[in-house]
Amino acid sequence: MAHHHEPVDHTEHPTAHAHDDGAIHIHVVPVSLLAGIFIVLMVFTVLTYAVTKVDFGYQINLFVAITIAVIKGGLVCLYFMHLRWDNPFNTLCLLAALLFVGLFIVIASLDSGQYHNLREAYANTDITTGAK
Amino acid sequence: MSSIATPISKHGHGNEPAADNYLTHGRGILSWALTIDHKRIGLMYMVFVLLSFFIGGIFAVLLRTELLGPGALFIPKDEVATWRLYNHFFTLHGAVMVFMFIIPAIPAILGNFVLPLMLGAKDVAFPKLNLLSFYIYVLGAAFMLYVLVGGTLSVATGGKINLPGGFGLDTGWTFYTPYSTTASKSGVVAATMGAFILGFSSILTGLNFIASIHMLRPKGMNWFRMPLFLWAIYSTALIQVLATPVLAITLLLLTAERTLRIGIFDPNLGGDPVLYQHFFWFYSHPAVYIMILPGFGVISELITTFSRRHVFGYQFIAISSVAIALLGFLVWGHHMFTSGQSDLTSAIFSLITFSVAIPSAVKVFNWMATLKGGSIHLNTPMIYALCFIGLFTIGGLTGLPLATIASDIPLHDTYFVVAHFHYVMVGSMVFAFLGGLYYWWPKMFGKMFNDNVGRVGAIILFVGFNVTFLSQFIMGSLGMPRRYASYPPEFQIYHVISTLGAYTLSIGLFIAAGNLLHALLWGRKAPANPWGSNTLEWHTTSPPPHDNFAVQPSVGDPYDMHNWVKKSDEEGYVLDPDAPEPTSPGHGTSVAH
Amino acid sequence: MSTAADLAHADDPHAHGNPAHLAHHFDTPAQQFTTNKLGMWTFLATEVLMFGGLFCAYSVYRYNHPQVYLWAHNALDPFWGMVNTIVLLASSFTMAWGVRAAQLNQRGLLQIMLTLTFLGGVVFMCVKAVEYKAKWQHFLFPGEFNSLNAEFKGRDGKSPSEARAITIEEVEHEAHLRSGAEPASAEGGEHAAPATETEVKPVQHTQNSADVKSGAAEHAAGTAPTEASKEPPIALQAIGTVVTAPDLGNESAAIVPPTMMASGTNSKVDEKVGHHLTTYSELEPLDKSQLQTFFSIYFMMTGLHGIHVLVGMGLMVWLFLRASAGQFTSQYFAPVDLVGLYWHLVDLIWIFLFPLLYLIH
Repeated sequence: MAHHHEPVDHTEHPTAHAHDDGAIHIHVVPVSLLAGIFIVLMVFTVLTYAVTKVDFGYQINLFVAITIAVIKGGLVCLYFMHLRWDNPFNTLCLLAALLFVGLFIVIASLDSGQYHNLREAYANTDITTGAK
Repeated sequence: MSSIATPISKHGHGNEPAADNYLTHGRGILSWALTIDHKRIGLMYMVFVLLSFFIGGIFAVLLRTELLGPGALFIPKDEVATWRLYNHFFTLHGAVMVFMFIIPAIPAILGNFVLPLMLGAKDVAFPKLNLLSFYIYVLGAAFMLYVLVGGTLSVATGGKINLPGGFGLDTGWTFYTPYSTTASKSGVVAATMGAFILGFSSILTGLNFIASIHMLRPKGMNWFRMPLFLWAIYSTALIQVLATPVLAITLLLLTAERTLRIGIFDPNLGGDPVLYQHFFWFYSHPAVYIMILPGFGVISELITTFSRRHVFGYQFIAISSVAIALLGFLVWGHHMFTSGQSDLTSAIFSLITFSVAIPSAVKVFNWMATLKGGSIHLNTPMIYALCFIGLFTIGGLTGLPLATIASDIPLHDTYFVVAHFHYVMVGSMVFAFLGGLYYWWPKMFGKMFNDNVGRVGAIILFVGFNVTFLSQFIMGSLGMPRRYASYPPEFQIYHVISTLGAYTLSIGLFIAAGNLLHALLWGRKAPANPWGSNTLEWHTTSPPPHDNFAVQPSVGDPYDMHNWVKKSDEEGYVLDPDAPEPTSPGHGTSVAH
Repeated sequence: MSTAADLAHADDPHAHGNPAHLAHHFDTPAQQFTTNKLGMWTFLATEVLMFGGLFCAYSVYRYNHPQVYLWAHNALDPFWGMVNTIVLLASSFTMAWGVRAAQLNQRGLLQIMLTLTFLGGVVFMCVKAVEYKAKWQHFLFPGEFNSLNAEFKGRDGKSPSEARAITIEEVEHEAHLRSGAEPASAEGGEHAAPATETEVKPVQHTQNSADVKSGAAEHAAGTAPTEASKEPPIALQAIGTVVTAPDLGNESAAIVPPTMMASGTNSKVDEKVGHHLTTYSELEPLDKSQLQTFFSIYFMMTGLHGIHVLVGMGLMVWLFLRASAGQFTSQYFAPVDLVGLYWHLVDLIWIFLFPLLYLIH
C-alpha cells in the first residue's frame, strides 16, 4: 500500500475517492479557477447592490436579489466546497436540507397569509385592555 | 456438533468464558467515563435514560392519583395550590418522558449498543462524538433536574425557597406561547435550555448513525442486506438530523422572547403565537416518529427471530421506514386544527396525515404475514412484540379520527388524544423498548433472564396499560378535556379505573426491571446466540469483546436462520452449515441483492 | 474472505504502515476521509435547518408586512453590508486556497491563508460591531431595548417617545441620504422636518385615535407625507395608537377595518414604493406595531451568524497551531477541509442575509 504519495489530479474521474488502494485521492482545484470564481462572486455582489438602485417593482427586485444570491451560493458550493467533484451524497445532504427549509417556509407563509386577518383583529381588540 | 468449522467456532459458542470482554476491558470509573466504546456508552445512556423514565413515571403516578377524585386530593385546604401542582405534574411528566426518555431510549441505548455489532464494525463512525453526545445529554438533563429540584423545593418549603429562574414547569411540554413567554412563573428558560441541549445530543447521535450506516457496512452488506433495525435507525437518524435543528432555533427564539421580549411569538408585541406552533410541530411531529420508528425496527427483528422464519416483505418493511420518516415531515399541521391555522392548510395536512397510515399498515401486515406459518416461540421478547402489534394497531387507527378535521374538532384536547398517543408512545414504543431490552440483554451482559417472570411481567403490563388507556378513550369521547385536575363527578368512575390501571402498569414495569436486574446479578450464563437469529451481533460472544469480533463474521442474508440449530438451553443455537434447507417456502428466502 | 482480511489488518493500524491518524475502526485513510466529509455535510445540513427557522420567521413577517421591511431596513446601511459580503467572500477564497495548500503539502502557504481567513473574520466582526453600536445608539436593539417595542421603558434619560423620535428620525434620515440621487427625494425637504423635532410631547389618547383615523384617510388620499410633516409629534406617537387607542376597541373590535385587512399583502406597495420612500407616518397602525420584529429578526439572524463567525475564527487558530506543528500532509488534511466547509457555509448564509436584510426594495 502506497501512502504519502503526492495527490493525483483526478479530473477525469470526478468521483473523488477511489477505494482501490485506500489512499486519499482528491481533486485539487487550481488557483486560477478559485480566483476566477472569486472574481465572479465580486461582480455579482456589486451587481446585486447596483440592482437595488433600479426600480423593477417590489416582486421583481426581490426575485432578482434572490436569484443572484442563489447563483453566488451555487458557485460557493460547487467550487469552494468542492461539491462538483465530491461524493454525490454530500450534495444530496445539502439539497435535502434546502428542500425541508423550503417546505417549512412555504407552508408557514401560506398559512399565516390565510389567518393573518385574525391576528389583526386580535391586535386591535387587545389594545383597549393593554393600554399603559 | 461442537466441532463444526465456522468462522466463529473458537469464540462463538459462549460456553467457554471469553478471556476479555468489553465489560472487563479496563476497570475503574474513568475507564467508563472516558470510554469511546459504543457498547459502554450505550450502557451509560441506559442508566440515565432509565432514571429519567423512573422520574417521569413518578409524575405519571402522582397525576393519576390526584385524578382519583374530582376535588383537590393533595392539598384539600387549598384547591388553587393543588391545581397549580397538577399543572407541574403533567408538564414534567411530559417533558421528562419525551425529551429525556422516549427520544433517546431506543436509538441511544439499543442503537448505540447494537448498530456497530449489526454492521460487523468495531465502533460507530465518530466514537468521540458519541461520547460527547452522551455528556451533552447529561448536561441537558442537569438543566431539567434543576427545574425539578427547584419545583420540589418550592413545594416542600411552601414557596419559601425558590431557586433563581426555575421552580417547576407548568406550561405543558409543548411550551405554547404566549403563556410560556409571558404569563408562566415557572422555570421556562431553564427547561427550554435543557430541551435545547438535549436536542444537540439527539442530533449528534443521528449524525453518527447516518455516517456509520453509509460508510461502515462490511463488504457484502448492501443496503438491502441490512437488518431492518438498521433501516429503522437510519430513518430515525434522518429525522433527528433534519428536524431537531428547528427545535433548537425555536427554543432559542422562545428564550429570547421570554428574556428580551423580542416579539416574534407574543401577540401583545406584534408576534404570532400560531407561528410558534408551526415552529414547534415542525420538529415535534417528526419527533413522534423518532419515538416510534426505532420501535418498528426492534419489532421486525423480534417477530422474525421468534417465528423462526424469514421476515416477510423485507423490502416493503425497509422502504416503509424511510417513507414514514419523510411523510412525517409533511403532517405537522394536524396538531393545529383548532389553534387558528387556516382551513386550507388544515385540509392539506389532514390529507397527508391519512397517507401515513399506508406505510404503517404495510409494516403491520408484513409482521402478520411473517407470523403466519412460523414456528412461534413465546419467549419474553416475543410477548412484548405481539402486544406491540395489537397496541400499535389501536394507537394507529385511533389516529385517523384525529386526522379527520370534522371529528378532531370535538375530540381535540380531550382524553381521546391522550389515549391515542399513549397507545403509540407507551403501548408501542415502551413495549418495543422492553422487548428489545430483553432480547439483547443476554448479549449486553452475557446473562439469561427468567423467561416465566418476564412473561408474567409483560402480561401484567399489557393488562394494566389497556385498563389505563381504554377508559381514557371512553371518557375522551364523552368530552373529558385533558390537562384538567378537576372534573364533573360523572367522570370519576373512568378516572378511578384509569388510575388503578396505571398502578397495575407500574407493577408490570417493576417486575420487568426486577427480572432484568436479577438476571444481571444472578442470571445463568448466556450463550452467544440464545435466540438463533442470524444478524451479526449474534455471531460474537456474549458479552462481546472490546473490539466486537474476534473473527470477522461473513455477511449473508440477515434473516436466513436455517443454519442455526438449537443445541441446548445452555449452549443456545450453533451454526450448522449442513442443516437442511427448510421446505416451507417462507424459510430461507433470500432478500434482494 | 476479504472483509476478514481487511479487518485483520485494521486490528493493528501501524503494522502495515498505516498512519497514526487512522482510527481503529476504519480500514483505509480514504474510508475515514470520506466518512468525515459525509459527517461534516450532515452537520452542515443541520446548520442550514437551524438558520432555516430564522429564514422562515423572516419570510412569514415579510410576506405579511412588506411595508414593515421596506421601512425598517433603512436602518441598515447597504454599503457596510456589501463591505462585509466582500470581506467574507474574500476569506472564503483564501480558505479554499488554504485547503489546496494543505492538499499539496504547502505548509507555509497554508499558514498564510489561514491567517488571512482569520483576519477576514476580524474585519467582519469589527464592521458588525460598528453597525451594532449604531443600533444601540438609535434604540434599535431587539426586544425591550427597542424604542419601537410596546414594552420599551426608555433609556439614557430619554423617555420612550423621545427615544422613538430619535429612532424614526435616524432611520428616515439615512433613507434619504442614501436615495439622494433619486427623484423620490423631492419630498425630502418635508421629511426632514421630523428630524429637527427633538422635543416630543406626550400626546393624549384621543389625539392618537384621531391620528389613526386620519391616517387611514390619508392613505386613500395619498397626502400622508404632508400631514406627517406638519404634525411630527403625533405622527411619532402613532405607535402608541396600536397600544393605547381606546376607541378602536369597543365598536370596531369585532369587525376589522377594511384598510387593515388590506395591509397584509399590500398591492399598494408596487405603485407607491417606486415613487417615494415610505415614511413612518404612512404605515398602517398594525405595521407600526410590528416594526420591532424586523430588528428582532435582524439581530437573531446576524447574531447567530456572528457566533458562527467567532467559532470559525477559533477553529482557524486551532488549524494554524496544528499546521505549525506540521500535522497536516497530503494524506491527512481532513481538519482543514472540514473547517473550510464550515467556513464556506457561514459565508453562504451571509450571501443570503445580505440581500434579504440590507437590500429591500
